[in-house]
Amino acid sequence: MRVLNRKLLRDLWHMRGQMLAIAAVIMGGVATLVISLSTYDSLVDTRDRFYSEYHLADVFDSLKRAPEPVAERLAAIPGVQRMETAVTTGVKLEVEGFPDPITGQILSLPDVGQAQLNRLYIKRGRLVRPWSTDEVVITDTFADAHHLQPGDLLTAIIHGKRKRLTVVGVAVAPEYVYQIAPGAMFPDFKRFGVLWMGRHALAAACNMEGSFNQVSLTLARHANEQDVIDRVDSILAVYGGTGAYGRKDQLSNRFLSEELKELRTMVIIFPAIFLGVAAFLLNVVLSRLIALQREQIAILKAFGYSDLAIAMHYVMMVLLLVLLGVTAGAALGTWFGWGLSHVYTETTFRFPYLDYRVQPGVVLFSLVVSALAAVSGTLVSVMRAVRLPPAEGMRPEMPVAYRTSLVERMGLKRWLSAPSRMILRHIGWRPLKSFLTVVGIACACGLMMVGNYQQGAIDFMVDVQFRQAAREDLALSLIDPTSGRALHELEALPGVRSVEGYRDVPVILRYGQYSHRAMLFGIQPEGQLHRALDRELRPVPVPPGGVVLTDHLANNMLHVKPGDVLTVEVLEGSRPVRQVPVLGITKQYLGVSAYMQKDSVNALLREGNTVTGAYLAVEPGAEAKLYAELHDRPRVLGMIANKSAIQSFYDTIGEFILFFNLVATLLAGAIGFGVVYNSARISLSERGRELASLRVLGFTRGEIAYILLGELALLTLAAIPVGFLIGIGLVGILVVAFQGELYRLPMILTPENYAMGASVVVASALLSGYLVWLRLGRLDLVAVLKTRE
Amino acid sequence: MMDFMPSENATQAIFVARGLTKTYRLGDVEVPALRSIDLQLYRGELVVLLGPSGSGKSTLLNILGGLDAPTSGEVYYLDHKLTGASEADLTRFRREHVGFVFQFYNLIPSLTARENVAAVTEIAKSPMQPEEALQLVGLGNRLDHFPAQLSGGEQQRVAIARAVAKNPAVLLCDEPTGALDSATGVVVLEVLEMVNRELGTLTVLITHNVGIADMADRVIRLSDGRIAEERRNAHKRAAHALSW
Ligand SMILES: Nc1ncnc2c1ncn2[C@@H]1O[C@H](COP(=O)(O)OP(=O)(O)OP(=O)(O)O)[C@@H](O)[C@H]1O
Ligand SMILES: [Mg+2]
Repeated sequence: MRVLNRKLLRDLWHMRGQMLAIAAVIMGGVATLVISLSTYDSLVDTRDRFYSEYHLADVFDSLKRAPEPVAERLAAIPGVQRMETAVTTGVKLEVEGFPDPITGQILSLPDVGQAQLNRLYIKRGRLVRPWSTDEVVITDTFADAHHLQPGDLLTAIIHGKRKRLTVVGVAVAPEYVYQIAPGAMFPDFKRFGVLWMGRHALAAACNMEGSFNQVSLTLARHANEQDVIDRVDSILAVYGGTGAYGRKDQLSNRFLSEELKELRTMVIIFPAIFLGVAAFLLNVVLSRLIALQREQIAILKAFGYSDLAIAMHYVMMVLLLVLLGVTAGAALGTWFGWGLSHVYTETTFRFPYLDYRVQPGVVLFSLVVSALAAVSGTLVSVMRAVRLPPAEGMRPEMPVAYRTSLVERMGLKRWLSAPSRMILRHIGWRPLKSFLTVVGIACACGLMMVGNYQQGAIDFMVDVQFRQAAREDLALSLIDPTSGRALHELEALPGVRSVEGYRDVPVILRYGQYSHRAMLFGIQPEGQLHRALDRELRPVPVPPGGVVLTDHLANNMLHVKPGDVLTVEVLEGSRPVRQVPVLGITKQYLGVSAYMQKDSVNALLREGNTVTGAYLAVEPGAEAKLYAELHDRPRVLGMIANKSAIQSFYDTIGEFILFFNLVATLLAGAIGFGVVYNSARISLSERGRELASLRVLGFTRGEIAYILLGELALLTLAAIPVGFLIGIGLVGILVVAFQGELYRLPMILTPENYAMGASVVVASALLSGYLVWLRLGRLDLVAVLKTRE
Repeated sequence: MMDFMPSENATQAIFVARGLTKTYRLGDVEVPALRSIDLQLYRGELVVLLGPSGSGKSTLLNILGGLDAPTSGEVYYLDHKLTGASEADLTRFRREHVGFVFQFYNLIPSLTARENVAAVTEIAKSPMQPEEALQLVGLGNRLDHFPAQLSGGEQQRVAIARAVAKNPAVLLCDEPTGALDSATGVVVLEVLEMVNRELGTLTVLITHNVGIADMADRVIRLSDGRIAEERRNAHKRAAHALSW
């Protein structure tokens, strides 16, 4: 056995190039798994720890105004463990040197001592001093976006009153892990900020002395959340309560959960694709490699080695390889995963810390999968080889008879040189093997397409959302419902091209056991700025008297179809409950929406011509002045400028996409190169003797390279269209898997995707071809004449 | 580029070798394969190389055929110096002037008999038709058979047809009958004899069979990397009269 072990090491060393290429394939698959799982695990762990250490509340409610003594009644609800009231309001902010309108949310901190719930993690600076009137703590996202440090000043417009505030601390809050302006599609850290100041000072600024308009509470161990919510609602109804909700409807947590849910899908789908493809390739490559060892196996058998001993020999060989690949993959995956987690927490979520770790089980799992794929591929070939009687195995594996290839039979024979015929016949000799090689190379192409699919998909989703559906330059929200006549005032402002008013209202949509908390938007039915799109992405007018829902909301969340009647619970005013028919389904890739005609919403609420905001089209060049003008109006609560929203989205997501593309490109590249190089090298081993013989006969290196590389080129070319199909299939899997509330991926493949897919294959083929070319220069012409085979 | 040889014998001798030495170095051990061989081979000759296993026959043949380079010494082919020539020049030399026949045939399994020959004639300067060459070796009726469909002797004859089809100046055969029974071997030798006679090709033939030496014009015996004996056959025997 000791000789066999030495043979093993020598074989591995001899084939080190190929072995490394195979290890690269394993590494690619394993790294994907480790990256995805470690990122997911780390984010979930970090979230859980942050929520519990900083006491995120279980139930939240906001209301118009309630006197402080009401709090005692809330605290007395059975099942409530801790309760805290606060004052909060929307603000407009001004930062020195930043011209765009900034909106924000300001919340109160207890005047003395730490908050009970939703505590702040102070990253820099400190909390506000007791009873201070001009100190604020700001979120780190906002601080980072504007390079604000403790000691810097900013201006807040609270209820129309300007206030100069001093930043004393930069914080991360469990309530605002995911920060997004109400009504916005993406986070925009430059144009939306969250701030905290002393309760006394804030209450004074917005006339809430002795009152509160927000309440948070935690539940006792066995409390029933719904019971508590119902009790809170019944107490706060008269104080303008908007309906208490649990963590699952808390905005930041809901986005975070959705993102994590999507990440979890990715965690399953991506590694499954990568590791699956890697395993397949491993299997194919190894079985071909072992097939080359046929004669050696026969000789070992002739010496009297048992089948088992021989099988073990090769299994050991591939296991060593697997170990190498998994180790490299785990290391690379850990490194990339650490990077990805941090990119996540810099672009999307804010945590004060990140508990990054790789669970040993993940590595073990990838080891098992790779080992299974490798060993099964090996055993298939070894078994085929050991089953042969040694005498037969020692004879070179000659084809019973080559046949003239199909192309030749089609009458092209006379134009084909002998080398060209060799290429065609070698491919046709073992069609299954050629086919698997093509599929293997094609897989790399497909993986590359999947890896680079995101960019095009995001561009498409943004285009649909902002150039087809929400085409307004500016979405304006008002502090209170206002008469529709206010629109004329807006129309008259310089730079405004057109105005469309909307009426939105918070509601709970119910159908049977399903419900969804959302804003119901009443828009202009024939609006040119803000439109609903049908399945073919054509704008459709919203019909009167009913609601149209985004397909995902209708089909997967509420399970309704046109004709069904929804129960709409309004969370405003007298909180009426109405029955509204579903009239249509709309297409939307980002978020979900419920639209009605504005007049229908007004009718639903038994109110006259009322708006809560407006969509504006603005003359190019007039934006800055108009925004400043609107910013100063006390009735204007918030503004979302689409252009800057898209810009900031790309700014934040850009890094993420770049990272993702880099990783995907590297991994797909490693896998692609591993497959192509191995195909070329195995071909070289299979045909080395033949090629050397031709060299002896006076063929130049170029001429024999043509035979070998011509075959590779032909298989590569054939692999590209197959790879496109595989890419389409894999993207199809992604599209089916990523159907969440935050976004649904479109089935979009751009020319760039195809180009990337093809180029990884072509680049791998060129590099492999070059390496094989170098090898062809070192063919031992004499040795080939001495041996039979 | 190859140098011109300043010798007067150039017109007669096709190969001139002087002080050919080949030493393989395996770590610290030196294995001498050829020790200072001087040799001239002439146009139209049929030369048999004899010698025990390991005596350096194949090494010598490979150097003559431009497959290997000596450690020291010089080889001229006509007025071209082979020693020190570039890889590309050696390739062209083999392509234009040398026909090889090997013990293990070394046919291309994916090409038919005709195509195996055509593979060489396609790149040669003034070749015969592949059919003509196969006719010459008596395989005119097996043109479209693949190697796997031919017997060993037939495969070897295809190899010979492939070697002669380019009308080479020299035919180098390393144990062409080594893998064949004696009857089949005789058929192959007859073909070589005929090619040598009809086309006037300098033919060098390595063999272990002393009997085969009788068909040569000249017999060179190697021993331990040196020429141990060199003799001319007073009367050659025809190949069909041989047996072993
Ligand atoms: N690649 C090599 N490395 C080391 N030594 C070699 C190599 N090739 C040949 N030799 C040695 O050179 C010597 C001559 O070898 P060569 O092949 O020329 O012998 P030969 O006369 O053709 O023998 P045979 O009749 O067995 O074919 C032998 O001692 C052999 O061991
Ligand atoms: Mg020999």
